[in-house]
Formats: sequence, C-alpha cells, structure tokens
Amino acid sequence: MLETQKLNKSYGSNRALTDVDLKVSKGVIFGLLGPNGAGKSTLIRIINQIIDADSGQVLIDGKPLEPHHISQIGYLPEERGLYKKMKVWDQMIYFARLKGLSQHDAKTRIKNWLDKMDMSTWREKKIEDLSKGMAQKVQFISTIIHNPPLLILDEPFSGFDPVNAEIIKDQILELKKQGTTVILSTHRMESVELLCDQVAMINKSHKILDGTIRQVKNSFRPEVFHVTVENPVKEIPAEWIAKEDEGAYHFTLPLSGKRPNELLEELMDYGQISRFQEVIPSMEEIFIHQVKSTHDE
Amino acid sequence: MNKIWLVMQREYLARVKKKSFLLATLLTPLIFPAIMAIFVWIAVEEKDNQSLRIIEVVDENKLFFLESSEQYAFSFSDRSDEEAKDLVKNGDRYGFLHIPKFDLENPKGITFFGEENPNMNLMSYLESSLKKKIEDQRLYESGIDPQLISDIRTKVDIKSITVNEQGEEKVSNATVNYAIGFVAGILIYMFIFIYGNQIMQGVIEEKSSRIVEILVSSLKPFQLMMGKIVGIAGVGLTQLLIWIVLVGGLTTLVTGYLGMQMPQQQAMEMAQVGMEQIPDSGVSEILQVINGIDFVTLVLCFVFYFLGGYLLYGALFAGIGSAVDAPSDAQQFMLPVTIPLIVSYMGLFVFVLQDPNSTTSFWLSVVPLTSPIAMMGRVSFGVPFWELALSMILLILGFLGTTWLAGKIYRIGILMHGTKPSYKTLWKWIKTNN
Repeated sequence: MLETQKLNKSYGSNRALTDVDLKVSKGVIFGLLGPNGAGKSTLIRIINQIIDADSGQVLIDGKPLEPHHISQIGYLPEERGLYKKMKVWDQMIYFARLKGLSQHDAKTRIKNWLDKMDMSTWREKKIEDLSKGMAQKVQFISTIIHNPPLLILDEPFSGFDPVNAEIIKDQILELKKQGTTVILSTHRMESVELLCDQVAMINKSHKILDGTIRQVKNSFRPEVFHVTVENPVKEIPAEWIAKEDEGAYHFTLPLSGKRPNELLEELMDYGQISRFQEVIPSMEEIFIHQVKSTHDE
Repeated sequence: MNKIWLVMQREYLARVKKKSFLLATLLTPLIFPAIMAIFVWIAVEEKDNQSLRIIEVVDENKLFFLESSEQYAFSFSDRSDEEAKDLVKNGDRYGFLHIPKFDLENPKGITFFGEENPNMNLMSYLESSLKKKIEDQRLYESGIDPQLISDIRTKVDIKSITVNEQGEEKVSNATVNYAIGFVAGILIYMFIFIYGNQIMQGVIEEKSSRIVEILVSSLKPFQLMMGKIVGIAGVGLTQLLIWIVLVGGLTTLVTGYLGMQMPQQQAMEMAQVGMEQIPDSGVSEILQVINGIDFVTLVLCFVFYFLGGYLLYGALFAGIGSAVDAPSDAQQFMLPVTIPLIVSYMGLFVFVLQDPNSTTSFWLSVVPLTSPIAMMGRVSFGVPFWELALSMILLILGFLGTTWLAGKIYRIGILMHGTKPSYKTLWKWIKTNN
C-alpha cells in the first residue's frame, strides 16, 4: 500500500529523518512509534505532501506520490482544530469538498455519518458551542468522510474521554475490516498492542525497528522464564528465590543457553511446578528500552 | 483552481453572513444622510416653532435702517438705555441694539443687549448691515454714488480647459478633480487597511486554532492563501457596492424630500455655502466639468487600483499573519506595510493633490507600493497614457512579487508554532526551497 524509500529530511542542521524505509501492507493497522521530536510528524507530513523530502521517495501502490493522491488519504493531525464560528454541517461539507467530493456526495455521506454517530441534532450548532469530545468526533468524521483507502491518525485518542475513545477505536477497527489501511502514530502503547498489526519505531530521525507485533516481541525476548514451585522436595538455591508465599516459591530464571524443555526437566526435580512461563516484554517496555539504548549510544 | 474557489466561497460567506458585517454595511452609509437629515430637520423645526423676535433699536445718529426678516423685526425708538433694557428683561423684546452717536470714520460703541447670547447669524446680519450703511454714507459724503460702485463690481471666471494630444478639449476644474482624487485615495487607503487586517486575522485564526494542518493536507498553502485573499476582496467589493447604492439612493431621497420642505432662505444659504467651496464657478459650470470627466476611465482606474493595491498589500498581510502566533506578535512586522501606506496617504495630500504633475507625484504614482493611492489622486486631473500604463504594469509586477514573497513565508510560517520569528528567519524561509 505505502512504501517509503531512503527518506531524508533536515531542517537546517537538525536531521528529522535519516534513510527511513517503511513498508505498510494493505489493510493493516500500522503503528508508528517514537518519542516526541523523533521525526514521526515530519514523516507524516511528507506522506501528506505538506512538505517535501530532501531525498528518497514515497510510493503508494507502487507509484510515486502525486498531488491526486490527496483524495486517497485521510489525515487527522495531532494538532487539530475546526473553525469555531462555523456550523457543524457547513464545516463538514467544506472539508469533504476540499478532499474532492461533490456537493451531493458530501451531503449524503455526512448525513449518514451524523445519523450513525447520533449527532444529527448538532447539525446547526457552531463548533464553539460543542464540548471538546463532540468537536473531536466532528473532526474524526471529517477525516474519513471521503472513504480514503489510507488513513493517517496522529495521536487520535488524545483529548477523548474513555467512552468516546472507545467509539473511535471501534470505528478504526471497522474501517480496517472494510479494507482501509491505517497508520497510527501514538504514545499509548496499550492501544498499539490492542490495535496494531505492524509497527515501526523511529528515534532521533532513524528507524530503529519494525515488523509485526509478534516479530518485534520475539526479537526482544530476554529468554527468561517465570517459575513457581509448590511444596519443594529439594532445597531451592537461595539466590533464585524472589518471593515465598505459603509454600509456593516464585522466581525468574534465564535459559542460559539451554532449551526451555531442558530447563523445565531440571526444575521438575525441585517439586511441583505450577507455573513455567516465558517473560514476553510489553510494547511499552520495548519502547522505553529502545529509546534509552539509542540515547546511550 | 477548484479548491481556490472553495476557499474563496467559505471566506466570503463566513464574513458576509456575520451580523457585524450586515450592521457595518447598512449603518455606515446611513450616517451621512442621517446627519444631514438631522441638521435640516432641526433647522426646519426651529423656523416653524420660532415666534418673531423683536429687537429694539436706539440709533442716536438717526441714520440706520434695518430690514426686518421672518425671524427678526426691528423697532426703532428714542428710548433711554434703562427703558430699553427693561423691555428686554420683561421679555417684550428679544434684544436691544444701541448705536451711540459716533464719527462715521471711526464707528465705535455699538452694543447689543440680550437676555441670552445672540446667535452668530443675527450678529453677522447686524454687523454687515451697519457696515454697508456706514460705507454707503461715507461714499455719499465723498461725492460718490454707491450705485456706481455696485455697477462697476465685476466677476471674473477663468475657465480651465485641458487639451489632449488628440486635440479634444475638456472643461476641467481643480476643485472637482481634487475632491475626486481625495475621495478615491482615501477609500483605497481605508479598504487596504481594514481588509488587509481581516486577511491577517483570518490567517492567524487558522494557524492558532490548528485548522491549517488539516487544510494543507487537502490543498496547497498557496491555494489557501489566494482563496482567502480573493474571498475577502469579494467581501470588500460587496460592501463598497452596497454603500454606493445606499449612499446614492438615500442622499437623493433625503435631499429631494427635505428640499421641498426647506424654507427658501435656508435653501439659498445652503446653495451659497456650496458656492463658496467651489469658488468662481456656477452650477452650470460644475455640470460642465463633471461632463468633462472621463468617468469610464476614472471608474476603470479606480477598480484597478482598488483591487491591485488590495492584492499587493493583502499578500503581505497574509505573509505576516502566517509568521506569528497571535495578533499582538504581528506588530513587529507591520512596519514595512504601514510605512509605505502612510507615505502614500501623506503624499496624496502634500504632493499629489497639490501638484499632480510634479516629479514627486510621478514617482509616488508609479512605485507599486504607493501607486494605488497616489495614482488615484492624479487620474481625474489627467495622466499621460504611458505613465498610467507604466504604473499599472509595475503594480501588477509588484502584486506578483509580494504574492511570491508572501507565499514563501506563508507555506513555512503556517506550520511553525511557538517560535517567534525575526526578519532574519523570514529571510531564511524566503530562501528555502520547500
């Protein structure tokens, strides 16, 4: 669906992107991760043709990015706003028409969306009279009104209360079901694990990792197991024990070159094994670890 | 192009639909006819309600006679000061004019007593009547018939006719031309300032409320900028058009209606005031002068400089708006915009309208930053074709130049938040490609 090849961009002496290669498959939710100032927004702006890359190129369905691709992309920026004095309806029509919809199409689609989201009564209200959450909904619909095959959402959940965030999450999943490719840039790692199929992480202008969630997690397996032994028949080495709880001993052991089954066999000698579980890092842990380690370099 | 049109539409409708636009558009032109109407109405009312005021005149010279008018009647007597003053005090007389015995060569001591301060009209009437009487009397005494003097008095009018290259002759009048240049120049000046500011406010609004990031993902910043500038120009033209229709219509209505009601004397006075403003020319000559003005050229020039000046400065206002986060930060960049505007405004009065063909006037009306205002001060006086063409071409180039410049600042500025740019940063933006 979308591919970037050796994208470079710098502002004066600040490098925003260095040789960034990305591949986003069709129909996935792609998480774009990275701390503030890593270059995510620059990358998103380049894809949206708001700014041009210094070198490298962006391909959409294998073809270089062109102005007409604007109508294929829906973009919800992190910094977003609406005309405060404009009515909900007029505003949505305006944004839809800027994306290339005809007056007629814009009207029918907006009407459908307003009905679907129970917002029909707000039609004639001005944005300044709406709550922040309501305005965000208007904004979200405006972003997807032209049924873009590629949707780019920058921190879509910021500013939403949990109920509305849930509604938006459901909408994103439904769009995915309909075949929309979604690029999601966010700090909220729990939503990444929940929603994303693929991720890429950018730090200090470099892409530092990418792949499916499973691939990324696998490559960061510390090869360590949580173990719980109950009613031991043999004394457990004191340096292992992290916690004792009414005859149950909890501890964490590294594989140290063994295969998991070999380790398990060894442990079985100590008593009843009630837990033998590999430690899988959360995306948050990987994120923090990666950012820290590139920072130390 | 289609997107510029959409932006234009939005900018136009968002402003025209506002109540404040409606109020400003409808009320501003009402002000002039309303003020006129109020004055005339007061004058008419006063006349109607006024009772005749009687003024006691005691002339110890037995020489003067004052003609009574609708408002004032003069009663002559030999009453003593005390008696006459009593008449004033008990309200039988409006005032008491005492003319003591004096030497005609040195008339002194004429006094008016009144319960209230006498109005200017009465005083000047009394003064001029007495002056005339004294002068006539002195002429008699020197053996000259005053009638002779008034017969000799001659009126001289110089008719000014301009001859152009084709040999056509036009009756012209400096005062009429002055008025046209004055009004046109001021209108353009005001329009640029008021609507230029609206462009700037609009850009800052889009930038500070972060709408712009969504917009520029749908269209080019340049399209957004042009749509806004042109849309707001439409608002200005609409307002101007409504004003012209309203002012024209209402003035005709008010003067027509009140003209019939106005007492003869008042009408005469008003006509005289009009004459004084346009010295040495009768009504028929003014009409001739107005006929002599090439209105088609004038209107075309006005529309051209009106729009040209607005577009030139509008782009600069948009560029400034894009560079800052809040209107208060815009002050530091306003100087390059306000200085040429004020120079052309001052230049219009100091140079152009005083001497439309001087070297300074020429340069002011040719340099793009000042020409929209300065040239309008010259057009009605007649400008050589090549100068007009040069000025127009330069204005178009100037407009393209400022738009290019502003576009460069705009496309970077609207995405910049939180930094306070200096002229140096602006220059850097202009030099950057993309």
